[in-house]
Order: sequence, then structure tokens, then C-alpha cells
Amino acid sequence: MLQLSERDQAMLAGEFGRGAARAMQIVARTAHVMSAPNLIDICSAHIDGCLYHGQASLDFVELFVEAGARVAVSTTLNVGSLDLIHPELYHGDRAVQSAAQRLMQAHLLLGCESSFTCAPYQLKNRPAKGEQIAWAESNAIVFANSVLGARTSRYGDFLDLAAAITGRAPYAGLHVEENRAGRIVLRVEAFAHRTSRDIYFAALGLLVGKIAGAVVPAITGLPDDTSEDEFKALGAAAASSGAVALFHAVGITPEAPTLDAALQGQAPLKTVDVALADLDEVRQTLNQGREGDELVAVALGTPHFSLAEFQRLAKILDAYEGAPKSDFYINTSRFILWELGERGLARAFEERGIQIVVDTCTYITPVMKKLSGLVMTNSGKWASYAPANIGVTVAYGSMDECVRSAFEGKVRFHG
Amino acid sequence: MAENRMNPDRAGAAQGRALAGDVLVPGSARAEKFALDKPLSFWGGYDSEAGRIIDPTHPQTGLSLAGKIMVMAHAKGSSSSSSVLAEAIRNGTGPVGIVLKERDLIISIGAIVAAELYGLAVPVVCLDASAFDRVMAAPGMLRIEAAEENRAARIYLE
Repeated sequence: MLQLSERDQAMLAGEFGRGAARAMQIVARTAHVMSAPNLIDICSAHIDGCLYHGQASLDFVELFVEAGARVAVSTTLNVGSLDLIHPELYHGDRAVQSAAQRLMQAHLLLGCESSFTCAPYQLKNRPAKGEQIAWAESNAIVFANSVLGARTSRYGDFLDLAAAITGRAPYAGLHVEENRAGRIVLRVEAFAHRTSRDIYFAALGLLVGKIAGAVVPAITGLPDDTSEDEFKALGAAAASSGAVALFHAVGITPEAPTLDAALQGQAPLKTVDVALADLDEVRQTLNQGREGDELVAVALGTPHFSLAEFQRLAKILDAYEGAPKSDFYINTSRFILWELGERGLARAFEERGIQIVVDTCTYITPVMKKLSGLVMTNSGKWASYAPANIGVTVAYGSMDECVRSAFEGKVRFHG
Repeated sequence: MAENRMNPDRAGAAQGRALAGDVLVPGSARAEKFALDKPLSFWGGYDSEAGRIIDPTHPQTGLSLAGKIMVMAHAKGSSSSSSVLAEAIRNGTGPVGIVLKERDLIISIGAIVAAELYGLAVPVVCLDASAFDRVMAAPGMLRIEAAEENRAARIYLE
């Protein structure tokens, strides 16, 4: 049975306002679903509810705006349905555009930061190891838990905002130490030497999600120099094919100095070997493009491109002359765009004919000029969701392959 | 109804067709069963206006959950699924009851918010493996009685 603190009860009774009372009601009902014994304080929240899914999205937030509620902790916002910096890119339904904009702005009225990114872990004030947080957005959740060692359950729309307004979350799931133990072990055959290293992380992520479901996996065999961007790709893919909210990379991530530490001293439920052939098979399953096929566009930056990825892309682009033959989109946050601007890089990409999209993502909203045909990406998440969301067919390749294909206007694999 | 409320365990056991489970979100429903062959992410996988499964990789793509009791072993995918489920419930294009084998927050919150905002109570119940398997195997209609959070849910195989 859930035990609420005196303050929680006062909030529930309306002593902190009508909005806080409604928010506490939702947190308490969620705590019941999770069999939580009590609620805990959180340090930050990340909100996914600013992405428009219909009238229910607006009805929920406007209820809090009308009640004069404010978030109680530092709260970042996930992507919305629009690029507010480049509104002209949107070519969908005008009524949806207006509702989507209202939804994004309503969150600002509640005191949320105008971050509009699915990669809040790229912002300066990211959570520290051991901090209790309430984050939504599956890729942000898995990154915060796995790579930062912060603690959040797999929250979604509604509860994220309710937690931000109350500053409280159910003490259950991945907030609790023992639930963070790895329960299955995945032994991955070394792939660091492969040329298309980046998509192996995404392919592995998709496989991890399929094998693990919602169970915490401990992964061995990843390269010691695995970057945050590679973990980002792995986690995002694992959270789209399964309900993975935490993985341990043994010897690399903060709660996994050793396999034994990752498993918290218990024997695993099972151990699965992952061979390179398995990863190649995932690559083939995702890829609908054949060598030489006409390519409409390339879409990178799902989750949002980091500064390091822009720098890597700039180097790859040096090998090519002129503008790409296919449209070229990169999703990132407005903060990274500003940083690029300060370094003179934003203009350089623009001059190469590359469209940077901020505040949103090319697979959730109609911003790409052509929404049929073949689009190439290096993102396992984009490849998983784009066909159903926006109706394109996906070619799946590494960043190198995406760039080469864009310049030739045809799918090109390095093999 | 009244008899079941007084002694639900025995009534169910005697008939051999009532199962007990946990109430994640209260409500009651009686409808045809729709058992998902594979987990479904509502976001990116379900059209809340048209009321049909749109994930092209899902074996039941094109089919509708509207007015059905959805039976799903476990959830998957995006945390935006709560909104899509709430919107589907608002539109009347979503399930009228949900039976799970694992407690799932994202599904439950979608139903909680639909109840809070619109007063539309879609019960979400969680069954243990053997009860869940019986629901999966049973032909015909299902009935969910899940009146209160802190009491057992009853699932009737009709």
C-alpha cells in the first residue's frame, strides 16, 4: 500500500493549488500501478508531452496552465512537432500546426526550459550518478540510467509533467538499487575493427531490445573507447525494439566496473552470445535499399546530433565537392545549432546544402520535402519508426555510406 | 454481480471461468477479445483517428482495437504511447479494456489520464502467467470487473 507523506497529502488535498492536486493524484495513481511503497523527491524532469498527439495532449497541459501550476524542479522539454526556429519547413495540416505550437508554448508557461530536444543529456546541466530524476522519452531514459548512472523509471507522457509539478516520483522500478542489477548477459563479438562501426551499435541495440524486452542486460565485448554517441545509438535502438530502460556496458558504464558489479553479485538468468553475423542480419532486415537505388534524402541525427557528430560529419564532407544530389537533413537541438553558429559551422553546413532541423525530428512530422521514396539513415530508431510515421522506405547505412549516397543520389554501401 | 462482489473467489472457481488479477486502472468492460500476437507500441504503431494498427511489421497491421478488450503480454517502444492511447480512448477508437501479463506504466497512464480528463474508464488489469495464458486461449467474450485499485480484479471468460 502506498504511504504518502504529510506534504504529499496536503498537495493532494489542494493546499498547493488545484494544478498540484491534480498532478499529485496522477503521481499517486501511477505509484499504485508500480506497487511503490512511497514517493521520493526528484532533481529534474524531462517532458515528452510537448509532442502533439491529438486533443488529449492539449487538454492535459492546459488544465495545468489554467490552474496556474508551475514545475517544481528543473525541467527540460523533449522535441515538439514543429521546428520553431525554421517554421517554414513544416508542410503538414495547418490546424495541427497551430495546436502543436500551442502545446509547445503551454509547457513554457508552466516554467519548462525551451530545450525541445530528445537528447537532454547533451545539455550542460545533466544529471549526476545516483540522482533521482523523472524522465520521459525512451532514448533519454536509457541514456540517463545507463551512461550517466542517474535513476529514472521508464516514464511517458503525463506522468512526466505530473512529476515535474509535484517534484515527486514513485519509489519503484529503476529508482530502486536492486532493480538496476543486470539479469541477462550479452556477450558481443568484437566489431570495433569494422569500417561501419556506428551502425553496429544501432544494430546491436535493436537486437538487445529484442532479446532483453524489459529485463536489464549486461553487455560485454564493447570497445573500451565506445563514445557517448555510440551509446546513444545503442540505447535508442534498444528502447525502440524493446522496453529497455537501462543497460550495463561492462568495464565502461558507471554501475558496471565488473560483470559481477553489473549483476550485483547474482547469477544471470541467461547468457546470450551475439555474433557479427547476427548484427549483419539485423542490418539487412532494416535495410530496404539496394546498391544503386535512387535516393530521395538522407536523415541523420536521431537522436539529436551532438557537436562531436557534426565535427565528424564535417570531416567526411571534406572529401566531397559541391552539394549533395539527395536532400540532406540533420536533426539537432537549438543549443547545438547555436554552438555551431558560434564556431561558424552552421553556415558551412548550410552552404553545402544540408538542412539542419531543430526542436523536432524528421520522422515525426512533415518537414522533409519529399515524403515518399527511399531515405537513408544510420539510426536504428529512425529506421524502425519512419516507415509507419511518414511513409518513406528506409535504406540503412553508416554515416560514411549516408554521405556518399547523398552525393551520388544513389544508395552506396561500402560493403 | 452482487453475488460475485460478495464472494468472487469461490464464484469464479466454481464456474471455472473467472480469473483473478491486479487492478492497475479501475473500471469495467465487456467486449470481444483482441489478443495481440506481438507487442505493440501505440506511438508509431496505432492510428488514434482511424483506430487501426499501422505498424507495417506488426502481424495484425490494419486491424482495429476499437471496442475490444486488448490482451497483450507486454508493452514495447516509445514513451509517447500513453498519449496515443489516451487520444484513442477519447476518440472511441481505442480498446475498452486492457489485460496485461506485466505491469506496464505507459499503458496504465494513458488509461488513467483518459479517466481523469474525460471520465472514460478503461480498466487495465494484470494477470499472472497461468491466468494470462487461459485468457489468451479462451474463445469468445471477456468481462473485466475491476472496481477498485486495492481489490482484486475479476476476468470472466464468457
